[in-house]
Amino acid sequence: MRDVFNAASSWIVPLLILGVPLYAYAVKRIRVYESFIEGAKEGFQIGVRIMPYLVAILVAIGMFRASGAMDWLVWMIQPVVAWAGFPAEALPSSLMRSLSGSAAFAMSSEIFKVHGPDSFIGRLVSVIQGSTETTFYIMAVYFGAIAVRKTRYTLAASLITDLSGIVAAYIICRLLF
Amino acid sequence: MNIVWLLLIGAAVVTAAFKGNMAAVSNATFSSATTAIELAIGLVGGMTLFLGLMRVAQDAGLVQLLARALRPVFRVLFPDVPRDHPALGAIAMNFGANMLGLGDAATPFGIKAMEDLQALNPEKETASDAMCMFVTLHSSSLQLIPVMVISLRAAAGSKNPSEIIVATISATLGSMAVAIVTSRLFARWWRRRAEGGRA
Repeated sequence: MRDVFNAASSWIVPLLILGVPLYAYAVKRIRVYESFIEGAKEGFQIGVRIMPYLVAILVAIGMFRASGAMDWLVWMIQPVVAWAGFPAEALPSSLMRSLSGSAAFAMSSEIFKVHGPDSFIGRLVSVIQGSTETTFYIMAVYFGAIAVRKTRYTLAASLITDLSGIVAAYIICRLLF
Repeated sequence: MNIVWLLLIGAAVVTAAFKGNMAAVSNATFSSATTAIELAIGLVGGMTLFLGLMRVAQDAGLVQLLARALRPVFRVLFPDVPRDHPALGAIAMNFGANMLGLGDAATPFGIKAMEDLQALNPEKETASDAMCMFVTLHSSSLQLIPVMVISLRAAAGSKNPSEIIVATISATLGSMAVAIVTSRLFARWWRRRAEGGRA
């Protein structure tokens, strides 16, 4: 099963890069090389434009992680989630997911090592990681690229969505596993 | 965003003061800043490639075709965006790439979508409702096959690394529904507050 996914995902990009220009050239008679260059021009400027946004948010997240403030946050929330039956071990990596994908994945690996990937906690952590997103990073990149500074309710709505992903994952894991 | 940003930094400094690990926090500031620039530079290669490919697909009318196929969905999600606007094509490409798990391709398409939405935005420094909806939807992770998680599980010696797919898709769909409803409610609340005559 996994080999099928891996094989399929390694085919998609090369096929796209062949198929799209081939169709454009052969069917639509488009100067594909010139068209490609025209679109690709913007790439670098966008990279530069998002830099201040990324630095601002990643420095704040980096400081937060290094200080160990996460432990306090977990300690505060733990009684609430324990009441719902949510395993305490799965909490830190779930909360980390919105802030940093790599940190959350590292914490998940640690959980797999301790509890095993096929335990309830292992499965729960897997589903949570798969159904939530690095919200802060996405916001910095997407709004940074177009220099929008006032993001209004996006962060609030995104964090509610992340939370709902965790809750949904928990309910579904309880039902399925 | 202002409050959350200050909260993160404030919590870090206060905690470090109690725990006595201010040196680690201090180091984290510079290393995180460097990581941020490396990430931005790292994005440039893929961004350039897929923005180029996107332009070819656009010139060939493929993007518009995809957008037309998804029109009923988009009318519900982005009612403010005209139905033949290029933004919808870029959004369709972004969703497609995300669902297939092509993160590197999804980001350039997403940025293109934001640029197209910005063209419709009357206030250039403030996010439009369509932008808020689009970014919020990302928090539900959109991705149908969690490639990273599956490979992590495999590396940890799982007997069946992909057994979590159905559960993950269900949870993703659930939080996607929450994302849509939440942004819609916020949008309405925000507008009412603006109209509420706070001069």
